[in-house]
Amino acid sequence: MFNYTFQWRQALQKLPLLLDGALVTLQIALMSMAMGIVFAVILAVARNSRSTLVSAPATAWVEVSRNTPALFQIYMAHFGLGSFGIHLSPYIALLAGITFNNAGYLAETFRGALRAIPGTQLRAARSLGMPSLQAFRLVIMPQMFRIAFLPTTNQMVWAILMTSLGVTVGMNSDLAGVTQDINVRSFRTFEIFAIAAVIYYLIAKAVTLGARLMAARLFRY
Amino acid sequence: MIEIRNVYKSFGPLEVLKGVNLSVEKGEVVSVIGGSGSGKSTLLTCINGLEPINSGTILVDGVEVHAKTTDLNLLRRKIGIVFQQFNAFPHLTVLENVTLAPRKVLGMSKAAAEEIAVKQLTHVGLADKLSVYPGRLSGGQQQRMAIARALAMSPAYVLFDEVTSALDPQLVGEVLDTLKLLANEGMTMICVTHEMSFARDVSDRVAFFHKGVLAEIAPPDQFFSAPQHPETREFLSNIR
Amino acid sequence: MFDTALTLSDLMFLIKGAGMTLAVTFFAVTGGTLLGLLFGVLRAQISVWAALPLIFVLDVFRSVPLLIQLVLANAFQAIAGLNMPPFATSCIVLALYTSAYCTEIVRGAIDAVPTVTRRAARSLGLSWGQDMRYIVFPMALRVALPSWIGLTLGVMKDSALVLWLGLIELLRSGQILVTRLQEPMFILMVVGAIYFLMSFPIARLGGQLEKRWREND
Repeated sequence: MFNYTFQWRQALQKLPLLLDGALVTLQIALMSMAMGIVFAVILAVARNSRSTLVSAPATAWVEVSRNTPALFQIYMAHFGLGSFGIHLSPYIALLAGITFNNAGYLAETFRGALRAIPGTQLRAARSLGMPSLQAFRLVIMPQMFRIAFLPTTNQMVWAILMTSLGVTVGMNSDLAGVTQDINVRSFRTFEIFAIAAVIYYLIAKAVTLGARLMAARLFRY
Repeated sequence: MIEIRNVYKSFGPLEVLKGVNLSVEKGEVVSVIGGSGSGKSTLLTCINGLEPINSGTILVDGVEVHAKTTDLNLLRRKIGIVFQQFNAFPHLTVLENVTLAPRKVLGMSKAAAEEIAVKQLTHVGLADKLSVYPGRLSGGQQQRMAIARALAMSPAYVLFDEVTSALDPQLVGEVLDTLKLLANEGMTMICVTHEMSFARDVSDRVAFFHKGVLAEIAPPDQFFSAPQHPETREFLSNIR
Repeated sequence: MFDTALTLSDLMFLIKGAGMTLAVTFFAVTGGTLLGLLFGVLRAQISVWAALPLIFVLDVFRSVPLLIQLVLANAFQAIAGLNMPPFATSCIVLALYTSAYCTEIVRGAIDAVPTVTRRAARSLGLSWGQDMRYIVFPMALRVALPSWIGLTLGVMKDSALVLWLGLIELLRSGQILVTRLQEPMFILMVVGAIYFLMSFPIARLGGQLEKRWREND
């Protein structure tokens, strides 16, 4: 049918390399999520602050992250900061870009979750003598994470997909980077990228499944 | 002793407390009755400092609640409050709900906190529900858990904010029984309530809240049989 | 920072790039929405088992990075000897990608129409087509529109990836200027501002629409 011979065997020989790349992909996604969640909680709380000095920067972060491409955010970290003499490696730039994006999206998710928790919960906690930070940590935050769990899982899948953007700033150790590296040496573009696609798909499914199992364990109420 | 002196409080243009005076002695049970939305509940949340006040003073054991230097978190340890809407923490089991504050606020060990919690939960009749999540409890059970949660902090005073108002009629009795038990044990209580029989049978004094002030305060016998204030008479005749 | 070598013609270059972004987005969203409507109605109509192949394929579009999809499609059309220009390849891939999300929106919106309402319509003697046209579609539209606006904006942002196939859209034109003028931060901020201007007002509109409709319910 096509004037082309598919070379699957040759491509499959590169599988160990690709799987190493997949590990890096997973690593970046997990780190960007962990940091993104921390920033997002701070942003969500800051956006609700009555002081503009606190809420304005948080709002700016959230709106920029949601209204510009993730790739743009990675470019900002990689090229943009060069203007200030800061030269981030592709790895760090990618991690920073995805973290920035995760934080912005999750901040909105968390803010919505916070609104869904009745204000009386905080009053009840404060009435027991808890300082506000303790009340937030012990009473509000656990409920917030439960409400936000499913969208957070989706963001994790997004984070995995976003790691592939690193290749555009010269990242060569993650799955997309390794794939591209092999590609430019072998020119078996279709085969090698098809295998990468399957691996991405499997990672995404594994994460979704893992999150479901985690939810069943975490949220018994 | 709780002393409320000439307290004013408004939400924007709406004045809810217009010079409230009341003192409650140790061991006393005071019921506050009055029409809905009249600010009775606000008074309670002012006593534990959840709401700021516009003027006047509230003293709890001689400490001025709304003074800038007052450590409210410290003060709240000795003022328990139970709300109309239970406010159970849904992500914690019954036992965890009750042990949370003793452990995290008072710094008790898990074992010590659980010992107190089990004692209080047994007291309110929930000894068999320790590992259940509040979502599985009836309203009456949730409210009794909330009472145990407040008591686990060994407060000197407990404020009850219409604790039976959100309950189905058949569940009111079990919660009132718990309150009676506490009153008989000598707990100092201020109860905002619509339950006249409770006010009559259990209180040392009954206060009638009307238009932002406590219009009449008297022992229950006198309050119900010979009310002095015309508004009190009017109110009592309406509910009978 | 305001001491810049960026000229008016450079700015026009960026705006041309933005035009390319909008063109790709337009074709992708139009194609993706039509396909999404088709798949979505199909999904709501046939059983889960019958729809399984469709569900799987659409799920793949949502679980594989867009960049990988673009490269794969481009390699495939070369192998098949289709000689498609990168613009066409990009639009087709993005349209399929869009359809995967749009299908979920359409299905969700149709499912959100209560069964009793539809039964009532059919009981009045409306045909399936009439029920869809006069009852289901208007009701589902209110549910779907805010998400659809979000999807459109998402596709516009994701369309930046077509630079990998050599299309000079907004971000790529910015990158070209960065290489030439060596003012990365300033130029990227201009690029970001253009993206923001194209996205933020519509995002706000969508948010308000959602809020107003929720309040009316």
